Amino acid sequence: MTHSPNGYDGRRWHDMGGDAAGPIPTEQHDFSLWEKRVDALMVIASSKGHFTVDGLRRVLEDMSPESFETMTYYERWIASVNQNLIESGVYTTAELAARMSDIAARGATYGEASHE
Amino acid sequence: MSDRRYMRVGTHMPPGHVRTPAYLRGKVGWVERTLGPFPNPEELAYGVTAAKLRLMRVRFTMAEVWGPDAEHPEDTIDAEIYAHWLEPTDAPHAT
Amino acid sequence: MPHDHHDHLSPSGHPFRPDDDHPLTYWQQMEIAIREILIEKGVTTAAEINAQIDAMDARSPANGAAVVARAWTDPTFRDDLMRDAGAASASMGFDIGPMKLIAVKNTADVHNVIVCTLCSCYPRNLLGLPPDWYKSRAYRSRTVKEPRKVLAEFGVDLPDHVTVRVHDSTADMRYIVVPVRPGGTDGWSADQLAALVTRDSMIGTGLPKAPEAIAQTPR
Repeated sequence: MTHSPNGYDGRRWHDMGGDAAGPIPTEQHDFSLWEKRVDALMVIASSKGHFTVDGLRRVLEDMSPESFETMTYYERWIASVNQNLIESGVYTTAELAARMSDIAARGATYGEASHE
Repeated sequence: MSDRRYMRVGTHMPPGHVRTPAYLRGKVGWVERTLGPFPNPEELAYGVTAAKLRLMRVRFTMAEVWGPDAEHPEDTIDAEIYAHWLEPTDAPHAT
Repeated sequence: MPHDHHDHLSPSGHPFRPDDDHPLTYWQQMEIAIREILIEKGVTTAAEINAQIDAMDARSPANGAAVVARAWTDPTFRDDLMRDAGAASASMGFDIGPMKLIAVKNTADVHNVIVCTLCSCYPRNLLGLPPDWYKSRAYRSRTVKEPRKVLAEFGVDLPDHVTVRVHDSTADMRYIVVPVRPGGTDGWSADQLAALVTRDSMIGTGLPKAPEAIAQTPR
């Protein structure tokens, strides 16, 4: 790999093959309903041509390096799904903002705020 | 293994979405199999029309990739690299 | 997950699922908002989302185990699998969608292991969603450089004469390892053999169970 005079060689945070790192973690969690919904929204929206898995990855990679440590996997996914849907014109930022305000007013928990 | 087709991975480090890992930049491996053509992910990621490209599975020795730091020089890494990242080359010198 | 709101019932009269009774996060608000907007705009329906969740839940390592066990018992299928693992899996009735799959076969001299250093590509349409460790910084970073140390952490110690082949899922293909059939299983049916095939043995971070492990089970 080449190094430029100022030290930064262009390698991005997600491109981590070969880095030193600690032991492989053994913790495992069961996927919650909201995580499964994020996964389903990604599969459905991409299968209908609103964006691609490549677009999903692009936005994930463009997040800050800290996002990998401070956000969960599906938190990063829903942020990326949202940006891709806005970019492809499915809805606007203003529509999302209004809906998120409505949802916040419905109740304090995910269950209360979800219309089933 | 004179029938191996050796390829060198490009060394450029552009910003944006690419699927060629940094640890393989500039390394030489041989084509394990050829796949595709598939649409170029570097274009798909931005929602533009994507050209179809050949995808090569390239096999690298640990010695080639990690040099004297290799855990076990004869072990290998296979990766899928799009054709525009590869140029034909001679076999690497023995390490 | 703590259950400290058992008295809190949903409109249907049931306790909320444990994941539903914590304070709503910003990202959960966003998920609900996106889902509702997509339904209102006709992009999808609640039923379609539920069906997709059910389809994903139905995928598990048992599907891959059935494929591996068939390859162990049926040489024609094994050849088909090595030629086109996606088509071979689909021919057994597994709905793998558009996923393109390659099978890599372990032998007495070769051990294969799968990783995705750039994200966390995984043969999810056959095996279900990946384990958390597969998506970790440690696994993604170390497996291409020190696979033997990584495998040792999983309890797989390989002798020097075995070549390790690491496969970095960098692009369109997904991978499944076909482990070596355990000795002492002559005459076993594919169903019996499938019980020996673990998820990790199909990623390459594990080996199949020994036949003694399930010897008590009536065959």
